[in-house]
Amino acid sequence: MTQSRNLEFMVGIFVAAGIVALFFLALQVSNLGTVSAGEGYNVEARFDNIGGIKVKAPVTMAGVKVGQVTGITFDKETFEAVVTLNIDGQYDQIPDDTFAKIFTAGLLGEQYIGLDAGGSDLYLEEGGRLQLTQSALVLEEVIGQFLFSKAQEGAE
Amino acid sequence: MRVIMDYFVNLGRKVIAALEKTGRGHMLFVKMVAGFDEILRRPSLLIRQLFYIGVLSVLLISLSGFFVGMVLGLQGFYTLSQFGAEASLGVMVAASLVRELGPVVTALLFAGRAGSALTAEIGLMKATEQLSGLEMMAVNPVRRVLTPRMFGGIVSMPLLAAMFSMFGVLGGWFVGVGLLGVDDGTYWSQMQGKIDLHEDIYNGVIKSVVFGVVCTWIALFEGFDSTPTSEGLSRATTRTVVHSAFAILGLDFILTAMMFGE
Repeated sequence: MTQSRNLEFMVGIFVAAGIVALFFLALQVSNLGTVSAGEGYNVEARFDNIGGIKVKAPVTMAGVKVGQVTGITFDKETFEAVVTLNIDGQYDQIPDDTFAKIFTAGLLGEQYIGLDAGGSDLYLEEGGRLQLTQSALVLEEVIGQFLFSKAQEGAE
Repeated sequence: MRVIMDYFVNLGRKVIAALEKTGRGHMLFVKMVAGFDEILRRPSLLIRQLFYIGVLSVLLISLSGFFVGMVLGLQGFYTLSQFGAEASLGVMVAASLVRELGPVVTALLFAGRAGSALTAEIGLMKATEQLSGLEMMAVNPVRRVLTPRMFGGIVSMPLLAAMFSMFGVLGGWFVGVGLLGVDDGTYWSQMQGKIDLHEDIYNGVIKSVVFGVVCTWIALFEGFDSTPTSEGLSRATTRTVVHSAFAILGLDFILTAMMFGE
């Protein structure tokens, strides 16, 4: 009797340890424990060019992650990219004239959206829109402009 | 003329034998799964098998996971530091463990540790006519002996794979953060930012469940279908490990292509 109890005890420990390991993976290793999409509020920003921004790209303010990109669509009338940003609910006091820029982390790093706080007294809400945006820096365009200006200097 | 005839006869015999074996394997699988109600009636059978298949593999799996994680930490650190990207060590270790190494290495170890034991056990039961004895007593040996082992394996595998991944991540953390000086916060936060619950972890668990089914199935079938001699038993045990390894690696490719290749 005690032997079978012992065995059941060990199996109980085994199953519990396995479930703990699964929870560890879900909470500590994956993104479940951190900012999860769905909570918080969505705002929209329109860019002329979003470069390499992808869904789930981080949205930061002063370098701290405050949300993530949850949707990217193309407006076929204005030819702009419409990016939906999901901002974490705890950051509910972001001025509505906040400036959204697309940055690149490091030289080869991934792109993210940086928010620069504005001075308005009104705060962003669900369904709000960021009016002021700056497109992604596309390396080819920058080099093209540089070469063009050099060529003009030479012509003068 | 005679030689050519013999050749075709041999070829045909082998193909028919292979088909028959495949058929027996699938029939056995259906019978084992159909015996599920036996477990509901006698849960103690399943618990006993969970002990022999699962609990006794925990030490092996945890230690292997820890060492694999430590190696990933070392190798990843040296490669990533060439690009100044040590901060991504956590992502690299966790992604490779949760997606691939966790399920696959666990399944390979499982085939060697538990699979071979299952084959030897069932094969010996058959050779010593214990299975026939059960049948004489009107006890269905498939339902009574094989089904609990089958489900023991299916339940154990994902739990073992999760432990492997967990200890691997901790091993990578031990080497990366403890010995090589990667920042503790970066290790975890980069990992949490990049590893997706659904995409990475669920898919890893699905993989390990599939491997659990396939590994135990192969092991039990080889034992049940073995020639009841000492030579036949040794061959069956070898075949279990070899076929399991092939099945795991082949299925892993297919599953990966289905899950991650868009």
